[in-house]
Amino acid sequence: MSKSCSLSSSACSVFAFIQHRYMTMHFSFLSWHAKGVLILCATLLLSSCGSGESRVESGNRDGVLHIGNFAEPQTLDPHIHTGVPENHISMALFEGLVSAHPKTLQPIPGMAERWEVSEDGKTYRFYIRKNAKWSDGVSITAEDYRWSWERASSPMMGNQYAYMLYIIKNVEAWGNGTLKDFDQVGVRVIDEHTLEVELENPAPYFLNLLNHHSFYAVPRHVVLAHGKMTDQYTQWVRPGNIVSNGPFMLKDWKIYHQLTVEKNPNYWDADTVKLNEITFYPVENYSTEERMFRAGQIHKTEDIPLDKIPYYRANEPEKFRNNPYLGTYYYQFNVTRPPFNDVRVRRAFALAIDRKTIAKDIMYGVVDPSYSITPPGLSGYNPPKLVSFDPKEAKRLLAEAGYPEGKGFPEVDLLYNTNESHRKIAVAVQQMWKNILNVSVGLTNQEWKVYIDSRNRLDYDIARAGWIGDYVDPMNFLDLGLSSNGNNRSGYNVPEYDQMILKTIPEASSPEQRLEEFYKAETRFMTDLPFVPIYNYKTKYLVHPSVKGLHPNYLDYYYFKYVSLEKEGN
Amino acid sequence: MGKFIFYRVLQAIPVLWIVVTITFFLVRFAPGGPFDAEKSVPPVVKAALEAQYNLDQPLISQYFSYMGDLLQGDLGPTFKYPGRSVNELIATGFPVTAELGLYAILVALVIGGIAGIVAALKPNSTQDYVSMSIAMIGICMPTFLLGPLLVLVFGIWLEWLPVSGWGDLPGDKILPSITLGAMYAAYVARLSRGGMMEVMSQDYIRTARAKGLPNYMVVLKHGLRGGILPVVSYLGPAFAGILSGSFVIETVFQIHGLGRFYVQAAFNRDYTLILGCTVFLAGLIILFNLLSDVVAAYLNPRLRSEVGSK
Repeated sequence: MSKSCSLSSSACSVFAFIQHRYMTMHFSFLSWHAKGVLILCATLLLSSCGSGESRVESGNRDGVLHIGNFAEPQTLDPHIHTGVPENHISMALFEGLVSAHPKTLQPIPGMAERWEVSEDGKTYRFYIRKNAKWSDGVSITAEDYRWSWERASSPMMGNQYAYMLYIIKNVEAWGNGTLKDFDQVGVRVIDEHTLEVELENPAPYFLNLLNHHSFYAVPRHVVLAHGKMTDQYTQWVRPGNIVSNGPFMLKDWKIYHQLTVEKNPNYWDADTVKLNEITFYPVENYSTEERMFRAGQIHKTEDIPLDKIPYYRANEPEKFRNNPYLGTYYYQFNVTRPPFNDVRVRRAFALAIDRKTIAKDIMYGVVDPSYSITPPGLSGYNPPKLVSFDPKEAKRLLAEAGYPEGKGFPEVDLLYNTNESHRKIAVAVQQMWKNILNVSVGLTNQEWKVYIDSRNRLDYDIARAGWIGDYVDPMNFLDLGLSSNGNNRSGYNVPEYDQMILKTIPEASSPEQRLEEFYKAETRFMTDLPFVPIYNYKTKYLVHPSVKGLHPNYLDYYYFKYVSLEKEGN
Repeated sequence: MGKFIFYRVLQAIPVLWIVVTITFFLVRFAPGGPFDAEKSVPPVVKAALEAQYNLDQPLISQYFSYMGDLLQGDLGPTFKYPGRSVNELIATGFPVTAELGLYAILVALVIGGIAGIVAALKPNSTQDYVSMSIAMIGICMPTFLLGPLLVLVFGIWLEWLPVSGWGDLPGDKILPSITLGAMYAAYVARLSRGGMMEVMSQDYIRTARAKGLPNYMVVLKHGLRGGILPVVSYLGPAFAGILSGSFVIETVFQIHGLGRFYVQAAFNRDYTLILGCTVFLAGLIILFNLLSDVVAAYLNPRLRSEVGSK
């Protein structure tokens, strides 16, 4: 795409003419005002005369990828940030001890060139590659990892993802402050390049976790040069200070404007990296982002407005991507108070939701209807399918619970955070409940933080919720039902379920046994139904055809080192 | 005049203090805090975070410590962006917003001024109705509609101008300035029309005509000076309004200005950033109101003597 400057040139000539006329009129009072104003206007317009190349075109030529990244990154400190936009940048800057295959997410060597697992599956020994370096050339050692994990899980750090490290022996006690000595946790430095990790219980997903930013090493020598180990308010992540160990390193960061990373020559696998630079734009507004994409300002969007999907599907399908994303959109009941403390009522409401209609008609088919809380395809696990669309059974259950034809059903509300697609789904579900169960459910939308507060205080009847997985394992979804899990927020508190998640599954004798126990746990959970699954998320975004090697995967992780740009794709 | 300015500055101090105090407590009463997120935060982590930002202290001592820092010009650290201070964010965002506001005001003055004068010269004629109708549309059309419309036409269909950005691509400042200026242009047009019509019926205009001055000289030299007065007193509040209200334009056009920080701060419950932006903008609004009073006094001799006698 090219932009001519015909408007600007014609406008420039008009302004030049007006300016000339005014300057020749010699009005003593207004002339300097008018001149000033007109010169400024003319300057503004003149600045529009420029080259006609779009960013995508110049990016393809120079190996610079431009991508929409939703929000301004909070920070680049992998032990502090929590959001998806930060994760995209972190994945360019850092690499875990173990990396993952860009398509399958299977563990592949990262900073560690190989590893060994003990027979009981509890002890891992990692051999860090000798040529592993920070971007300033300093070697990466086993001690860097020990120090970084001490930092990431320290109660002083305020890391919201610290719980990810609790899988390691004694880290939970260290993390909540009861253990004062980090030497007691299951992380040992054997020698400069060998690290040994002991887990609380065997966990087949541990290697996947090492690819998560909470397990990244941070450059000890740089962090300490700018403050104490656990300081949040430090300057170490600023351009010029930060060094990283991933395929890219930070070049420039203009807040709320753009962030650029460039190829890291000290990266162990620098030969694989094809891009020279990546620029991330914090574009919160999806419509703005889509216009930027159309005008050739970015190669890839973070998302796409729902109403644009039919157009791209019909006219430019090669640019539209829609792939499974590890997450479930669900409604949850407040099980601590009537009427939803009665499992029959919960079940009646769950069976009266037509998920296919929601996925197809409201969400334009960009999501899949969901019948279990765990998404399909989690490391060989097939979840039980215990809810479906069954109006007859729904009516029967509601009558059995004492509300035949919805008579006498109390007033209840459905809470969701202010958002257009949440509203559409809520309206549709409200109508389904009215038509099938003859109950009237009110709709309440709240601003994000108010909504979170209401859910935390269990101040709702039914609430919309969603969960995006951090690692590919059923545990990441089923532990939501734990009475001690802060993300439960439904009041569901069943000791037998807690026992299954905390004891039975971790102590399973084999991977097959473990999957069986997951099945039993989920059967229990979906019988009790504190959560009602609605749909499974899928990513939806636009990518310019010149972008190659940006493989879709279940976690929507971007492995930029495999990405290249083709000049012919314009 | 010096006394007048001095008294106005003196009045600004209690106003600012009230603004800070009310905002400080209001944001704390809003449900949800800066560290509440979709994923629940374990109590030990929340405690550590609150301790890092002094949120574990009693509210009243937080207030006094904030006021103490404020007096020294320190607006504190932001909660959302660890390692960044509110002062830094304002210093980054304000110049962009101010530049956008300045261009918008210029657009408003040039387009609105010309339309208003043209309309006033022949009241109740076609040119009056046409320019005033366009002005009414400008007032009614929200910027979040006008912005995307202009982008669609000039950015996407005609490909003349960039669809977003500020200072990144040639010409990317034009559409945001016009969009933001349009609404104010409409107000300026109506105000200058009213002002001009009143002035043009004065005796001294008749005298000027009697002297045999050509019409454009009468309009520009004698008419404009008085006729533009209502516009000048409107400029202060307008510029303040533009600065504090540029959020929509900054979002539509992806501009890294103060408006976006401010609104995101409210969503994030970033207490110090909300407060910092509020104090800063309140100060600016007071300043611009004062400036427009001073300029109006300079242009209007009657007002000048009133102000001078204070």
